[in-house]
Amino acid sequence: MSRFGDWLNERFPAREMMREHMTEYYAPKNFNIFYYTGSLLLLMIFLQLISGFLLMAHYVPTSQGAFDSVQGIMYDTRWGWLIRYMHVDGVSLIFILLYLHIGRGMLYGSYRKPRELLWIIGYLIYIMMMGEAFFGYVLPFGNLSYWAGQVITSIIHAVPFVGPGLTTLARGGPGVGSATLQRFLALHAVLWFLIIAALIVMHVLALHQVGSNNPDGIEIKQHKGPDGHPVDGIPFHPYYTVKDIFGVGVWLIIFAAIIFYAPTMHGVFLERTTFFRANPMVALPDVTPPWYLAPYYAMLRAIPNKYFGIALMGLAISLPFFLPWLDRNPVRSARYRPVYRMMIIIMAITFFTLAWVGEQPPLPKYFIIERLGAVIYVGFYLLLPIISSIEPTRKVPERVQS
Amino acid sequence: MTRKTWVSATAGILAWFAAGCAVAAPQFSFSKTTVLAGARLFAEHCSACHSVGSLRYNRLAALGMSKADIEKEIMLPNGANYLKGMEPAMDVADATKWFGIPPPNLSHMVRARGQKWIYAYLTSFYWDPARPSGWNNHVFPNAAMPDILAPWGGTYASDGKLLQPGLESPAVYHQQVAEIVDFLRYASDPSIFERHTIGPYVLGALVLLTLFAYLLKREYWKDVYNRGNGKQARGPKQG
Ligand code: HEM
Repeated sequence: MSRFGDWLNERFPAREMMREHMTEYYAPKNFNIFYYTGSLLLLMIFLQLISGFLLMAHYVPTSQGAFDSVQGIMYDTRWGWLIRYMHVDGVSLIFILLYLHIGRGMLYGSYRKPRELLWIIGYLIYIMMMGEAFFGYVLPFGNLSYWAGQVITSIIHAVPFVGPGLTTLARGGPGVGSATLQRFLALHAVLWFLIIAALIVMHVLALHQVGSNNPDGIEIKQHKGPDGHPVDGIPFHPYYTVKDIFGVGVWLIIFAAIIFYAPTMHGVFLERTTFFRANPMVALPDVTPPWYLAPYYAMLRAIPNKYFGIALMGLAISLPFFLPWLDRNPVRSARYRPVYRMMIIIMAITFFTLAWVGEQPPLPKYFIIERLGAVIYVGFYLLLPIISSIEPTRKVPERVQS
Repeated sequence: MTRKTWVSATAGILAWFAAGCAVAAPQFSFSKTTVLAGARLFAEHCSACHSVGSLRYNRLAALGMSKADIEKEIMLPNGANYLKGMEPAMDVADATKWFGIPPPNLSHMVRARGQKWIYAYLTSFYWDPARPSGWNNHVFPNAAMPDILAPWGGTYASDGKLLQPGLESPAVYHQQVAEIVDFLRYASDPSIFERHTIGPYVLGALVLLTLFAYLLKREYWKDVYNRGNGKQARGPKQG
């Protein structure tokens, strides 16, 4: 290569990293549409960083100034609306990608040995993203922000002994106000984001240590050619880089269409109640979380007792960590496991039904749906060890199908 | 999943998306003209009490209204500032005394309630002697606001019977209410015209780039498909 290249590589392992993670990282050749989600998540997180940085240049973290500063971005700042819509719609799109990404992992058994740690790091990112979204949600200080901040910090209140102290610590005072906004901004933009970024790096490193799974759930490393490379593998660069660039193009078309033509997505991506200024005197009839957190809220509400409700929600959020050990079938991919495949489909329908019902007012007619949903959700994980050890499987092919 | 499932799912999402892009009711022929017409009506009837604090007067200049016209027709003679947000004519303290609550800032009302709701609210007042103001509303029971548009739209009883016809024909009146709502829709999101103007260029550029990306991908992936026929894939480039 060039002399500059040589100079650089004697001092920094650029070429080596390129080889290890791009040109000599062999990925299965049979990736399907779900496998775009990883690179798209990287893209979206990067875009959030940029738009978030620009928002922060105008944002005022005080209870008096926050709402107006955000409206100032929308009304008076050149391209301010573009930046804010990017950031706000970006969140919902990230969660859509996360659910596809996680669903893909479940469908093809990507959480199974040797990818347990990859799965756990990934799921940790998801949990961190929920926190990140919550902190960000409070910042514009619309009335929904205010009440969401109140309600969620009051959940910590339920922790035995230290709960009340922790709630005060989280709020920076007895109620949600300027101190809350300042610490939430610090968490949202600095600490939480750095942890997420670090976890993402670990996620990709862990992936490259064990190699990608694929829709057939077959280990490509078991069939190596004379050159020592998997026969069903292709170098990530150039094959998947060009493919992912195409995916990025399609994704940006969707993203731009939303920003330019439906930036609130009918009140789903940017909710109606966020357009009223925070007001401690005007309680909202029901403080429902955004759609991507609503399934857990539905499960919280499914039990009338506050403590048991919180326990159920905690259980629901932590169960996926154990998936690698709950699944006992030797076959990975749902392609060759009709029963498991059906379970995943029911699980996905349940999850999004819970998201819908979590947005509804707390009426008795919805309780039954919330409870049924919670039972199916938890049941999936509890029954999996039994069902996966007795379920019938189809014959798994030797080599990947393309 | 089969290809068919994908296609129908995509079509469903697109249809839902399109439904939201289309204007909700046929009366809303949202355009710069109707927004400005609505702004004039708003200044005449609503600005007495309501502010539109987030929208600066000079914004209307970008829609094609001259500064002189804005000063004459939209800004109230109480010293409103051309570069600042739209202010009510009435003193907020007085208004609070008369109505019990301060008339709200309407900047974000369409985003918060929806244009259909505002339209229905403005056209759903009825005469109710039991209320202090003499007015009540089907959409927003016991609203503190009186039906300030009654002289033009007519006075109705709660059962919908016309008590006193208005100065305008129902068609003209409803058109004017729709224009006020159009103005408030603009006020709740003044990026809308800019978005709709640049949107096609952004999407066009992205479609073009994506097309090139697709061709590039297809070119590279020929190797992968050929490999099954005994040909060798391009190996890693040696650095
Ligand atoms: C912002 C968050 C995340 C980013 C940026 C990210 C990034 C990536 C990337 C770039 C890949 C490789 C490309 C692909 O297979 O799609 C990948 C694979 C993977 N991720 Fe994530 N990920 C994130 C969150 C998660 C979460 C929440 C989970 C699980 C709970 C997860 C589990 C996995 C698994 C199991 C794989 C391997 C899939 C396979 O090989 O079949 N990731 N991730």
